[in-house]
Parts: sequence; structure tokens; C-alpha cells
Amino acid sequence: MLILSRKTNQKILVGNNIEITIIEIKGEQVKVGIDAPHNVKVFREEVYAEIQQENKAALVSGTKPVLPKLNGLSKKDL
Amino acid sequence: MEIRTKGMGIVKIEDEQIITLDEGFYGFENFRKFAVLDSQEPPFIWIQSLEDEELAFIAIDPFIFRPDYELDIDDGVLEFIGLASPADALVFALVTIPKDGSPITANLQGPLIINKKNKKALQAAVNSPKWKTKHDIVAELNAAGRK
Repeated sequence: MLILSRKTNQKILVGNNIEITIIEIKGEQVKVGIDAPHNVKVFREEVYAEIQQENKAALVSGTKPVLPKLNGLSKKDL
Repeated sequence: MEIRTKGMGIVKIEDEQIITLDEGFYGFENFRKFAVLDSQEPPFIWIQSLEDEELAFIAIDPFIFRPDYELDIDDGVLEFIGLASPADALVFALVTIPKDGSPITANLQGPLIINKKNKKALQAAVNSPKWKTKHDIVAELNAAGRK
């Protein structure tokens, strides 16, 4: 792993088209700005992990999942 | 064509029910072709893998129980599936049915977004901390109804 020291407003370039800027450092929190091409997905690691974990939980295990009747829905909602 | 499904045996489907996720669902990146099937219990639907009949999800239109749901997703991510206009998008939330009998939940943090025009789809990650991976569908539907 490459470890770099940066100050506020300094940047890190990743390849030709990803630019990471340290916007603010406040106590234990760092605010980071990321400029990346549209096809590069950028998100917090926890978000990725949470969604992945939830997908695994959502995988239907039996052949007949028990689903609740949703009351109060009118026909047009369906 | 006929497909084998997890929950409904062999089902006949039309081509337009098939969606392609080039990057799969998170944690299931290798599965790309799915069929969108009506379930016997609307408004729930099935998202059934065409590559593995054991791989299937239940999903729901999130706006049914959260009329205030909104997606804050980078345009670039939507370009990935060729989505130019929100009118061409279909949005579903994957549903989790806990084995211990606790309330079923929907994942509003990682919605499935389908481009109706080309049937390309992706699982997005929404930016707002308001939307979590577990939303109690029945409780939030009731809360929405009372407003």
C-alpha cells in the first residue's frame, strides 16, 4: 500500500483521470473530494459492505417465502 | 421461453422480462441475467436469475410504502445503463424475509434500477444516509397511510 502525507487543498492523482483532494481536516474527520470519470463508481466502503451483506440476507432460501398482505393499498398502486 | 424458477417451478416468460446487470448485484457479481416475474402475492415480484435457478430475490416498488423515497444517484452511474430520462427508469427494492419471523424489510440503500428501454439494470448505492438497507415495509406503509 502506498501511504502519502497530504495537507488541506493538496491533491492525489490516481491514473490520468481520478483526482482526490483533501478539502478539510477537522479532528478525526477528513473531508475528501473525488473527481472521477462517470463510469467509476465511488462510495464509502461501509455502504458497499452493507448492501452486499443485505443482498446475501435477501436471497430467498425456501421455495415458498411468506409475504405479508399489504393492507391499505388501492388497486391503482399495484 | 420457459425458465426454471426458485419459487414457481417452470414459468413461461417473454424476452422483455429479461434484464441484464453487467456488474451483477453486490456480492453476486457473476450473475448477470435475471427475469422480472410477477409473484402470486402482488405487489411483490421475483427477480429470478436465469443462470442459477436457486438464486432469486423478492422485490417491491419502494414508492408503494415510501411515497417520499427519492434517489440521489450520480448521472454518470445512470449513463452506465444508458438511462437518459427518469421516465425510462423502473426502481425496485430487494426484500429480506428474516428466518426468525421478524418483519420483512426492503433495502432502500441499494435499489435495483432498470432502464425500461434497453433492459439494462444496475444495483445503485444511494448517497443519502436517510435510506438504509432495512426498512420495515408494513410499518412504513402504515405510517405513510396515516399521513
